[in-house]
Amino acid sequence: MIRLRTLVLMTAATAVVAGLAVAQGGPDPIAGAIIARQSHMQLYQHNIAVLGGMAQGNTEYNAEAAVAAAGNLVALSSLSQMTYWPVGSEVGVAEETRALPALWTSMDDVIVKATALNAAAVAMQAAAGTDLAALQGAMGALGGACGACHESYRQPD
Amino acid sequence: MRAVIRGLIRFVFVLALIGAVVAWFLSAPDRLPGAALAGLTGDAERGAMVFAAAGCASCHTAPQAEATEAPVLSGGKRFVSDFGTFIAPNITNDPAQGIGGWTDAQVVEAVMRGVSPDGAHYYPAFPYDAYAKAAAQDMLDLVAHLRSLPVSDIASQAHEVGFPFSIRRAVGLWKLLFRSDEWVVAGDLTPEQTRGRYLAEALGHCGECHTPRNALGGPERANWLGGAPNPSGEGRIPNITPAGLTWSEAEIAQYLFSGLTPDFDTAGGEMAAVVRNTAQLPEADRAAIAAYLKVVPPVASPVASLAPAPVSQ
Repeated sequence: MIRLRTLVLMTAATAVVAGLAVAQGGPDPIAGAIIARQSHMQLYQHNIAVLGGMAQGNTEYNAEAAVAAAGNLVALSSLSQMTYWPVGSEVGVAEETRALPALWTSMDDVIVKATALNAAAVAMQAAAGTDLAALQGAMGALGGACGACHESYRQPD
Repeated sequence: MRAVIRGLIRFVFVLALIGAVVAWFLSAPDRLPGAALAGLTGDAERGAMVFAAAGCASCHTAPQAEATEAPVLSGGKRFVSDFGTFIAPNITNDPAQGIGGWTDAQVVEAVMRGVSPDGAHYYPAFPYDAYAKAAAQDMLDLVAHLRSLPVSDIASQAHEVGFPFSIRRAVGLWKLLFRSDEWVVAGDLTPEQTRGRYLAEALGHCGECHTPRNALGGPERANWLGGAPNPSGEGRIPNITPAGLTWSEAEIAQYLFSGLTPDFDTAGGEMAAVVRNTAQLPEADRAAIAAYLKVVPPVASPVASLAPAPVSQ
């Protein structure tokens, strides 16, 4: 059951994309994939920020909000990224990306690390609803999972 | 005329000979005093925390090895520098290829003085300058822990270092010029800052990467933790003095635990490995490192401060 607001937003988004496609004579799959995966990362950032804010005492611990944010991380890390990483969208070939070529030659390892992130998010979902101390403890595995992939496959600053 | 020239040549020759003898004595290995470890025994369990703080696994595990609770320290990682490429050795308890045949005192001497059981110098790619400030008990605990880890019989590889840096004895002169047993950050420190100083300057050897070096590879202590070019060639290692790092102590401690920056980006490059180590320490230790970083003398940096980087691109 899709909410009306969601339906309107989806329609508007589709219209924008379609409009752009018509304007450019067809969507650029490389640029589109890069934008999509970076947006995906920003969604991680947004939801981790909710948890991190509570962990560091900058915001009041709220179990419901924390569980919701962790639930988003679980959902995000479960999405299929099949079309996020087209060949030709790596550093050195495409613009505006930090994805290293090693990502494409080490897919097995990438999947291991993606699975670890999902596991850390699931653990956080359980911890977030328990208490603040549990949430704080679960930040380690979450950050570590993000870092493990970036360490190998994202171009350093 | 010929006699004068011959005399001159003889004079220069004698001078060079005297110089060589003096250099030989100056570059002698600085051994650990025998009494340093008297009456102490190592505890492998306590050693696990020293092992985490000292970061041995980050350099001595095989290239591409996955992080694990019982790392195999078989060596093989390559460290590129201006002086050549150094290859980390096997430091497992193997009797032939590792430290299995060494006494505890010999291992501690290697770590704290950079001297091998044969009396040869180790290259300062090994951060013995930092470990020299460590407590003898911590070092013995570390050795006990090392001996409890899995054994590997992979032979250590020779460094790829060209002349004149291939003259190991000359490292003794480098040590004379640049080694110091003094703390860098002096003055009145709180107990927490003092613990942080010990973790950062003695065990964590943060200065090895974060402090700029002069042409001979010696650390510029006046610019302690002020940032340096990345030895691998690309980019810069950040200035983590208060002039370069403006994060709060809580944010620094969080970073050392989860690798998450205040912007919730993550530690990249070599720091990811460091965070894997600091994440294992007690929370109070990470807080202590953060407290120490706040009292390091600010170093003006020519590069942009460690501002939170945007997540995208």
